[in-house]
Amino acid sequence: MADILEVKNLSISFGKIKILSGLSFSVKEGSSLAVIGPNGAGKTLLFKALIKAEAYSGEVKWKPGVKIGYIPQKLDLERDLPVTAFELLSAKAKIAGLGLRKVEEAIELVDLSLADSKQPIGNLSGGQFQRTLIAFALIGDPNVLLFDEPTAGVDAPGQNKIYELINRLKKEKNLTVLLISHDLSLVYEYADEVLCLNREKMCFGEPRKVLEPHALEELYGSPQKYHIHDDHRS
Amino acid sequence: MTIDLNYLILSAIIAAAAGLIGCFALMKKMTLASDAFGHIALPGLGLAILFKINPILGGAAALLIGAFLIWLIENKTKISSEAIIGVIFSASLAIGSLITPEEHLIEALFGGFQEINTLELAIAAGISLAIIAFILRNKEKLVISLISQDLAVTSGIDIKKLNLYFILFFGLTVILGLRYSGALLMGSLIIVPAAAAKYISRSLKTMLSSAVAISVLSTLSGLLIASRFDLTVGPIIVIIASIIFFIGLLFKPED
Repeated sequence: MADILEVKNLSISFGKIKILSGLSFSVKEGSSLAVIGPNGAGKTLLFKALIKAEAYSGEVKWKPGVKIGYIPQKLDLERDLPVTAFELLSAKAKIAGLGLRKVEEAIELVDLSLADSKQPIGNLSGGQFQRTLIAFALIGDPNVLLFDEPTAGVDAPGQNKIYELINRLKKEKNLTVLLISHDLSLVYEYADEVLCLNREKMCFGEPRKVLEPHALEELYGSPQKYHIHDDHRS
Repeated sequence: MTIDLNYLILSAIIAAAAGLIGCFALMKKMTLASDAFGHIALPGLGLAILFKINPILGGAAALLIGAFLIWLIENKTKISSEAIIGVIFSASLAIGSLITPEEHLIEALFGGFQEINTLELAIAAGISLAIIAFILRNKEKLVISLISQDLAVTSGIDIKKLNLYFILFFGLTVILGLRYSGALLMGSLIIVPAAAAKYISRSLKTMLSSAVAISVLSTLSGLLIASRFDLTVGPIIVIIASIIFFIGLLFKPED
């Protein structure tokens, strides 16, 4: 399959401090890539460069005509913001020149109820708000989804549901998915390839090939405990 | 003192503009800014009074320069807009109080430029309608960018341009308010109706419409009461809006 994204020699600096240096990798269309690494490794910054929200040097080449849906890390929202989920979604639809039908479709796709979508976003649970953000990303029919820690702020049963949802959407819509995750067992389960990042590329490839205990120790600076769910992979 | 009907209509349009832009200023946490902007107008007001030109024009020029400076510094450095506005506003206040003749300073701060000619009326009405149109046309972009800048970028919103327009229209609103409430009290007219509306609302649509209603109601009743009892207009308007805010506290809708 053809590459949908090619990153060449990507570097990001704040003043004299280099946060990311010389990063190169590519992502195949329809595949899923997990980005793992310790806190401060530059994972979120990499995503911001990919959506062109952060200045960088080097090359980020998306396949022409690609549409990106981005789901940011847990947002720090005021609880009393009088904006409903439906209004937030409609705002995106309106900017994209789409009708309310697309909003209802997106709400249905992420299993959010219409009644919940009429709630102010501050009243939603972590899982409901995450679904709202996924619906937001889906409006405009993207072919790539970027998730920055899709399950931060979501309780354990909710986390699995979010991952199932991502997986279902990926299959239904033939999406390419890039996600940042701290959950190594989920990376094994859902990612075709993994990029280990700690300010530079530490490893890249199929999770079961590259995620050796010593590679993880090198990445995180300490031994990692994880479980491989062999039963989920055929 | 009698009030001209045209002046009442104009005040209502300005109040509507202030209510609308105040909603986004409040949600963008620019509460300090609206107060500060009033002060940024001061050096311009002072100079205009000294050179005997229309004080509003002077205030407008000072504000637009101030707004542009804030936007520019914010873009060139990583200093928060709050800090930049703080610096520019204190400097303006200092300069303004030095060059504004003392007898005019109170007037500039608390309002009182009551004479209004037809041209001014037309310009003010045009600017207010432009502010209202800007907010109504861009409310979707504004709401997404206040929730997340990254979501705004991926939705195809040019945040820099949007912020520049917002701060310029915000400055224009403050200038308009100088007509009746003076530099010091304009901030309240932008923030108080929006704060009251935010507290009682559970959706953006309700917040925007109730802020407009509260702002227009306080302004019109303030004008009538002030003229009836021969009081300064600005403080009366703000007091009425504040009373509505406190009444609103009693009627928070149930979650």
